[in-house]
Amino acid sequence: MTGDLLHVTLLSIFVSVSATLLASAMAVPLGTIMGLRKFRGREVIRTVTYTLYGFPPVVAGLLIYLLISSQGPLGSLDLLFTPTAMILAQMVLVFPIVTGLTMSSVSQVAEDVKETAMTLGADRWQTAKTVLNEARIGVISAIMIGFGRAIAEVGAVIIVGGNIKWHTRVLTTAIVLETRRGNFEYALMLGVVLLSVALFIFFILKRYQEKGVKM
Amino acid sequence: MNNEVAMRAKGICKGFDGKSVLEDLSVSVSHGELLAIIGPSGVGKTTLLRILNGLLEPDKGKVYFMKEPLGFEHDCDLEARRRMALLSQKPYPLMKNVWDNVAYPLRLRDQKEIDKKVSDALEHVSLLETADRKASTLSSGELQRMAFARATVFEPEILLLDEFTAHLDPYNISVLEDAVDWYLKEKNAAIVMVTHNLFQAERISSSTAFLFDGEIIERDRTEKIFNEPEDERTEAFVSGEMVF
Repeated sequence: MTGDLLHVTLLSIFVSVSATLLASAMAVPLGTIMGLRKFRGREVIRTVTYTLYGFPPVVAGLLIYLLISSQGPLGSLDLLFTPTAMILAQMVLVFPIVTGLTMSSVSQVAEDVKETAMTLGADRWQTAKTVLNEARIGVISAIMIGFGRAIAEVGAVIIVGGNIKWHTRVLTTAIVLETRRGNFEYALMLGVVLLSVALFIFFILKRYQEKGVKM
Repeated sequence: MNNEVAMRAKGICKGFDGKSVLEDLSVSVSHGELLAIIGPSGVGKTTLLRILNGLLEPDKGKVYFMKEPLGFEHDCDLEARRRMALLSQKPYPLMKNVWDNVAYPLRLRDQKEIDKKVSDALEHVSLLETADRKASTLSSGELQRMAFARATVFEPEILLLDEFTAHLDPYNISVLEDAVDWYLKEKNAAIVMVTHNLFQAERISSSTAFLFDGEIIERDRTEKIFNEPEDERTEAFVSGEMVF
């Protein structure tokens, strides 16, 4: 039982941290550009992004399932019922949240910071870096919320992961299983572990939020 | 000492939403000169300063920085921008302590001897003792003094001041004016100061230009502008008789 719990916990952390990091690696630069630049269609993209905050996890799971199932366009990669598939599904859910919240945080400080950086001699790259650093409280909060969405997610990972013991079972899918079996105490204990994991990751992110980047 | 023209704006026109603000305006500033641009509120003083800094593109006309034409907004030449600074009325404190705020422009340029330069810059505005404080905790006077140190630590040849002591108390005004005077003489800089504080213009500038109706009505030595203006509109403005 203990080995099982450890595996489920570590896999949960691996899947959700990977999904959050990979989605944020794309979402933070995109959100920064969208917050900094004014271009035609920005409002439409903003509205679509905000709408996707509420993207149903089961639909995300279904889309990824159709994409990677043996009949799907990526079927040859053999990803179905693997942790990689679960990471992909969580990325779909995390990406719009981190993009949208980064965009809002950056646009709040963009004008003042951009002008300050430019008048002090920053080039475009240095200006973007300065803006991002000034918006870091909001950006790290965006990543925290994205991680929260990922670690608490069950619908999508059960569709593309299959809840296979020692292979794709994570804390949330294990809670579902144990509840169905009537093992409520064990299910509750898994819930406490899940919250502890979230608390630990948030604690690490909070430190970055306070420190910022020296430049 | 080099007294050549450092910056020249020629035939500048700028309007917003169909309303003309600056019309065929030409002005220049030389090394070792502190040019005050005075005029009523809303006459385009800040707009002119932002054009001179390359932050805003004029509808017509050119700005020459050390005889070379200046690009604007994203096309503004980085090399040129790194040789001038703009100090605004409400400076933005970066989320760092005072020391790192002042070191910021030096780090952008990968400069050496950062510690000595930052320490000197802070000392000139009597802020050395606040170096470790978060910039966001400074009073408005201290913040403006920090912003002055940050704008001059990399020794720009051209310094643009936009109502830089507005709403400050006499002590902070005095510290900042002394710092400007020191910078002008020590670095032989070219300084353009936009203000509607006529006493300040008379007190610290070497020349003054009166901006009205989108153009420079009169420009001369400060003493002459305030005591023997040639244009009746200038006379009405400096004597406080002009009603808006």
